[in-house]
Amino acid sequence: MHDHESTSFVLVGVGGQGTLLASNILAEVGLAAGFDVKKSEVHGMAQRGGSVVSHVRWDRKQVFSPIVGRGEADVLLAFERMEALRFAEFVRPGGTAIVNEMELVPITVSAGDGIYPPPSAVEAAFAALDARLLLVPGERLASEAGNVKAANVVLLGAISTLLPVAEEVWWDCISQRVPKKFLALNHAAFAAGRASAA
Amino acid sequence: MRRILSGNEAIARGAWEAGVHVAAAYPGTPSTEILEELSRFPNVYCEWSTNEKVALDVAVGAAYAGRRALAAMKHVGVNVAADSLFYASYTGAEAGLVVVSADDPAMHSSQNEQDNRRYAQFARVPCLDPSDSQECKDYAVLAFELSERFDSPILLRTTTRINHSSTPVELGERVEVKPKRAKFPRDAAKYVMVPANARGRHPVVEKRMAEVEAWAETAAVNRVEWRDRAVGIITCGVSYQYAREVFPTASVLKLGMVHPTPKTLIRTFAAGVKRLIVLEELDPVIEEQVRLLGIECEGKSIFPLCGELDPTVVRETGTRAGLPVDRPPTDPVTVPRPTLPGRPPVLCPGCSHRGVFWMLKKKKVAISGDIGCYTLGFLPPLSALHFCGCMGASIGVAHGAAKAGIEERVVAVLGDSTFFHTGLPALVNAAYNRSNVLTIVLDNRTTAMTGHQANPGSGQTLQGHPAGVLDFEAVCRGLGIQNVQTVDAYRNEDLEKAFNALMATNEPAVLIARRPCALLPDVRRQYVPLEVLEEKCNGCGVCFKIGCPAILKSEELDPASKKPLALIDSTLCTGCEVCAQVCPHDAIPSRDQMRLLEDDGAARPIQ
Repeated sequence: MHDHESTSFVLVGVGGQGTLLASNILAEVGLAAGFDVKKSEVHGMAQRGGSVVSHVRWDRKQVFSPIVGRGEADVLLAFERMEALRFAEFVRPGGTAIVNEMELVPITVSAGDGIYPPPSAVEAAFAALDARLLLVPGERLASEAGNVKAANVVLLGAISTLLPVAEEVWWDCISQRVPKKFLALNHAAFAAGRASAA
Repeated sequence: MRRILSGNEAIARGAWEAGVHVAAAYPGTPSTEILEELSRFPNVYCEWSTNEKVALDVAVGAAYAGRRALAAMKHVGVNVAADSLFYASYTGAEAGLVVVSADDPAMHSSQNEQDNRRYAQFARVPCLDPSDSQECKDYAVLAFELSERFDSPILLRTTTRINHSSTPVELGERVEVKPKRAKFPRDAAKYVMVPANARGRHPVVEKRMAEVEAWAETAAVNRVEWRDRAVGIITCGVSYQYAREVFPTASVLKLGMVHPTPKTLIRTFAAGVKRLIVLEELDPVIEEQVRLLGIECEGKSIFPLCGELDPTVVRETGTRAGLPVDRPPTDPVTVPRPTLPGRPPVLCPGCSHRGVFWMLKKKKVAISGDIGCYTLGFLPPLSALHFCGCMGASIGVAHGAAKAGIEERVVAVLGDSTFFHTGLPALVNAAYNRSNVLTIVLDNRTTAMTGHQANPGSGQTLQGHPAGVLDFEAVCRGLGIQNVQTVDAYRNEDLEKAFNALMATNEPAVLIARRPCALLPDVRRQYVPLEVLEEKCNGCGVCFKIGCPAILKSEELDPASKKPLALIDSTLCTGCEVCAQVCPHDAIPSRDQMRLLEDDGAARPIQ
């Protein structure tokens, strides 16, 4: 996909989906794998159901800006389908979009002020960007692993297949972030995510 | 040991390593996590103060008592605390005193984007401006040292992209600093700021700042990085990262201390480069200092003054100005897609503010609002808030409008934490000067917007100690307000009855709408989702108008009207029953009604 000397990620989703935990783990994996890393996000209104964006950057030498510019993300990891569309411009030409097949209908739609875009809109958008699109049924795979809330770990499993980092490093970092009693569940979710992207 | 820390975690870590004894703050994005993090460390007293001015006074008192102390706040909090910052600049202290100002360029969560480096100039205090988490930690330690060395408060100024970005940090150990005195100082000339003494202190302050400036000339935090000399960039804070990213060949003067600025160092750097650029977010603070030296430079003529910078903006504007960028800006690709519905932040399912705004909207009264989750009440479909300026402004503004003699009654709406913050003095004023303002306190027992910090209504402190619970009604009556009622914010009828009764008086009145925030852990455990009775719903759409994210439009249409029926998302619904009380067709049974229906099998809720 690219030279692996540096990788810029943009993670998007909706407040409450576990986007921030996933970006924390992604940053920690980068550091553990010997990269310089930076992560940036905006909290505040996030838990009130708004869009959530976080940026993670890895570089073998040094990361300067904590923010990824438009058209500069190697990977867009979208936890929700419409948010993938909203932030599509972040993906660089030839980059990758991993999109969770989850629809969270915003109140503007239920109030009749807009229409939720069809799945084909996502395909068209990333085709126009010449980006690789990987659809992951995160919630379904997480449910099968034991808990629908582990969808964020499924998505990390999917993204892990794109990166030059040993699987053990991912597992180590995830283990440190999740409660012990959910360890087996999260490992199953991670493995399912990896398999879905293979 | 290296760990990835946010800027806020790193400031807390630095303060702790520097031996801080007392820290106080009022929560405010993007500063909140500093005290949350610091409060988990041993051997440091941390508190949520009722507002930023109190927080700074608390820190000042601790520093007078010879203990290293820190106050943290968001940029607009410094406005509240400004009076204290200015006297503290004159007095200095007996131990290190650090004030953290977290500015919010782009207003991710604020009402303005003021540049608080101006406060450092204004109040004559040194200002450090870190550019990543490692510097956040290092500068926090340095700030305590400088504060004691120069007998001055130090402003540690950050921006959202520093507070909420995370970068690797080398951790150190705490160095215990012995308290510098046993008793409160008795030194009137230094600490009693009456005119005669303050006149003595002002020259001391000016002399101090000259000494800090001399230190800044050779300090390691201000450094020149010589590269190609065709372009030299003076920069600070997160802008330094953008300068390095976008202009990798340019020479850089990185200022870690942005006030006072090192004049000789700037002159030397300017003389060493052909074209001098200042790259800074928000105000041209450094640019003005360079120009005052009679040195020509470019800054805001290239880079925007409004909003925050990022690599894309810096690359685009820098390219237009002919600066040596790392690569040309990427052509913006137009992504083909339909118009996307917005996803604005909304009042949560089960929010205790929803019923109040629903009632106020029906009453068509003028509403003077305030800062908190409930500010979201201005959004459609509730659209029930007509003013919001700053913390605590709701009551004073309503009182002023009332005294101006307008024909309608103005209602002030504010949350419990905002009431304690600056609402209280305004309510004292309304009571004293007798206006007919009706004040509604949305009492959800927490500081919800910033992430559920405790307050004087919560019954516990930041560090988990039990605390007294302030009695709103008793306070209001103590102020001489006779018309006070407390109601359950989930009971629409009770709210309306109390509102009508209070509006019938022509005196100051207070309605306390109480119900703990639906996101508090104890409340979460009690969620019981409601359901819509399909056979009773006719798609009238009234429940859609309360703006609850848990109420969706069903794919089922009413046979007669062809309008979509209502559907409740059981994963989001908390069971607050506000919608059940709003439905004119009894199509959303309350929990009690549900039980009855189940008992006689009369109706079956749709799945």
